[in-house]
Amino acid sequence: MTFRKYLVLAGVTVFAAAGDSMLSHGMKQTGNISLHHLPSVILAVRNPWVAVGILLLLAFFASYMNSLSWADLTYVLPATSLGYVLLALVAKFALHENVSPMRWLGIALISGGVGFVAGGPALTEHEHPHEGKSPSFDSAQDKLPEKDVARSGAPAAEVVSGGVQQ
Amino acid sequence: MKSAYTWGGIVAIVFASVVGDVLLARAMKQVGDVHALWRRAGLWTVVSRILGNPNFFLGLTAMAVAFFSLLFSLSWGDVSLVAPAAASLTFIGNAFAAKVFLHEKVDRRRWIAATLVAAGVALLAG
Repeated sequence: MTFRKYLVLAGVTVFAAAGDSMLSHGMKQTGNISLHHLPSVILAVRNPWVAVGILLLLAFFASYMNSLSWADLTYVLPATSLGYVLLALVAKFALHENVSPMRWLGIALISGGVGFVAGGPALTEHEHPHEGKSPSFDSAQDKLPEKDVARSGAPAAEVVSGGVQQ
Repeated sequence: MKSAYTWGGIVAIVFASVVGDVLLARAMKQVGDVHALWRRAGLWTVVSRILGNPNFFLGLTAMAVAFFSLLFSLSWGDVSLVAPAAASLTFIGNAFAAKVFLHEKVDRRRWIAATLVAAGVALLAG
């Protein structure tokens, strides 16, 4: 994972949160939409909040497509769920809304989930017979205890050094 | 009756979102890493490869269905129910769909992450 990739994931997070909240605010101003008046959905775009919300969601979509080109769907979705935490923090500190203990628990759970997925590999390595690389190399390495890594590495080092001496 | 409309809307959002996410993820995997492709062949190649992928358009259509289902549902039900319920169920649905259709390695770490995030999103509505 490079800095640029983290930046793309941050873009997915922020654009989705900002876009959703603007869209929600705009749709509340527009009022109820009836199935019998379908064109009113299109007319909702004339509301500036809805229009800016849609632009932000387009930016979200571009970042999302970018991230899906180099990471798994089951990595990108939890990793970018910090947007919900962002919305709750904005509600608390910018809008001075009351954030209940249940919401704080929700924030803690989401943060925990993000931490879990961020610690693993971003992409499933599918088997490529010509490359000779084992599938899911990163995750296999993750699960290997430290002492096993050291043990499996030691004989290889000896062979190499022995070869050099001869 | 309003509740039935709301939950019908939520189911429609979740189904369309999962189908859309899976198709878009498949399309972008077929296109390849856009950073590398952009450096190697330029922006036009990236754009034409994405726009030339049928899965991209099918995914986009499913996402559009999800978007309009969300707009309708938001006008019928409370945003504090519709948005978290749809988002929460979409996380779980996507984990299943990614494992089955995209053959992603959804290990214990990712199941825990998806479950924690889904539970957290549901609690934020409280």
